[in-house]
Amino acid sequence: MNTLIIIELQKMFKKWRTYIGIIAISLLAIIIQVALYFTGKNMIDFQMRGIEQSFVMVGNLLNGYFIARMILTLLIIHIPFLVVLVGGDLLAGEATAGTYRMLLTRPVSRLQVISAKFISGFIYVVVLIFWMALLSLGVSLLIFGTGPLLSIGSGIVIFAENDILWRFLGAYAYAILSMTTIIFISIIFSSLVENAIGPIISTMAIIIVFLIISAIPVDFLQSLKPYLFTSHFTQWNNFFNEEVDYREIFESAGILLAHIAALYGVTTYIFIKKDILS
Amino acid sequence: MNIEQVIEVRGLTKKFGNLVAVNNLDLNVYRGDVFGFLGPNGAGKSTTIRMLLSLIKPTSGEMKIFGKSISKDRKEIFSKVGAIVEKPDFYLYLSAYKNLEILGKLSGTDVSKKKIMSMLELVGLDKRYKSKVKTYSHGMKQRLGIAQALLHDPELIILDEPTTGLDPQGMKEIRDLIIYLSKEKGKTVFLSSHILHEVELISTRMIIINKGTTQVEGTVEELLKTDKVKVTFEVDRIEEALRAVNESSWQKGFKSTSKNEINFDLTKDEISGLNKYLIEKGIAVSAIIPVRSLEEYFLKITEGGSK
Ligand SMILES: Nc1ncnc2c1ncn2[C@@H]1O[C@H](COP(=O)(O)OP(=O)(O)OP(=O)(O)O)[C@@H](O)[C@H]1O
Ligand SMILES: [Mg+2]
Repeated sequence: MNTLIIIELQKMFKKWRTYIGIIAISLLAIIIQVALYFTGKNMIDFQMRGIEQSFVMVGNLLNGYFIARMILTLLIIHIPFLVVLVGGDLLAGEATAGTYRMLLTRPVSRLQVISAKFISGFIYVVVLIFWMALLSLGVSLLIFGTGPLLSIGSGIVIFAENDILWRFLGAYAYAILSMTTIIFISIIFSSLVENAIGPIISTMAIIIVFLIISAIPVDFLQSLKPYLFTSHFTQWNNFFNEEVDYREIFESAGILLAHIAALYGVTTYIFIKKDILS
Repeated sequence: MNIEQVIEVRGLTKKFGNLVAVNNLDLNVYRGDVFGFLGPNGAGKSTTIRMLLSLIKPTSGEMKIFGKSISKDRKEIFSKVGAIVEKPDFYLYLSAYKNLEILGKLSGTDVSKKKIMSMLELVGLDKRYKSKVKTYSHGMKQRLGIAQALLHDPELIILDEPTTGLDPQGMKEIRDLIIYLSKEKGKTVFLSSHILHEVELISTRMIIINKGTTQVEGTVEELLKTDKVKVTFEVDRIEEALRAVNESSWQKGFKSTSKNEINFDLTKDEISGLNKYLIEKGIAVSAIIPVRSLEEYFLKITEGGSK
């Protein structure tokens, strides 16, 4: 099983598409860092307008945490586009290439093969989010230094320096969960077809449709909202509230985990029964 | 005799919707056989091989390899089976070497540089081991396909048209390799082909299928040695020759005639007798052309298959 996972990762990281996400995240993080390096002060001043007097100024607000928070907010909605590029190809890529015939006539079970695919999909998500964390938090802290975090959510909160890092770790962990759900959706589509384009587009279509449904202010559609997995993606935000609502986080995480388990189960069932005709 | 049966197939059937690709097929392959699996395009050869390798599920029927059920003991079976199914496909973005390394690891075999290079050398690709498979020609991929099938030293080798895309030299190399594997290494080879000649040269036993159904089966000698042989006599004076035949007891072997040829159904011994008779009658026989019944038969079903 370990051999299979290592082989899957080797194959994955020999493909160009795997680096598209990593490169895109790097570019965007760098652009935001550069932009804020030059204009960040104005922005902070703008946001602090009118409330400056009500706070005792606690130090450098244009710090690494602020930048990381900003990058997370801006990027997280786009990362699904990047992970499905890899997820959609995981199984369909073998069909397109005709390599199923050689892979599946080795002394490994289909259950092992599909599990290795899912695990490497998960590892890709972890790598991507870790890379984002490293660039946006690690590098930003190096460039901009530390300081208290100005967080603008339901109200304006300023977190003390020693009360921040764990919030980021929680948010990144939650982002991994959300993105794993997405890559698993693209893998189930990937198991059904022989070309990666279909799964990529289908997964994006589902996300977009669900997000639009959630946004339409009609009672019936709003009542559906809790049942759409997309509604549970944004819980990472919760870590930046003054009072973190763990009940809400665990509820949403539970729903995502249920999706992940169901997607894995159904895909595995389909895959084991499937006739390999490619 | 107590020879181990390597492949045992009973009543194997596969339907794709209404199309019956393989119909109630029986196969018996014994240890040491080079088993020819012949049939025209679309006969159901690849479909059968896919079922043997559990890539697709039979609609009905039973299959055993090494006396074990493919669904239950697939790991044990597949560690001792090497195969090429249809065209040779690899991870194009990896080198030939890396492809073999990956497949070898999956088969649980030795993937040392020495081992992999010796496999590549065997199929004549050692000089290009670093090139991505993307850059390989079809024939080179076919050779790499053979390397991956032999990599883990399997007892049973299933080859689906392994010589397509190879040059005559390559075809001969593969034939020699199969003979070597069978004779020297005691491997069992299951070889599918649509070329009778190719199978006939190296097979011990064979089966011909068409439209998913068995047409004939047996050892190559059995199939080639029928009592009567179709034979064509080419003569100089056709009218006189025909008259001479009609006057004699040779008339019973007469089949048909065209231009300066007369076709007969004869036993092998009769051929020289007829030749002598015609010469005695002053007719020059310029050629005696045997038409082997199997070849004719195969051509007939091949034509039927391509329509
Ligand atoms: N995926 C499929 N869906 C529908 N029919 C199929 C499928 N695969 C094969 N067939 C049909 O099954 C029959 C047998 O095909 P198969 O590929 O086994 O032939 P073959 O003997 O390997 O031919 P060839 O010499 O051309 O390789 C054909 O009529 C083919 O059209
Ligand atoms: Mg075929």
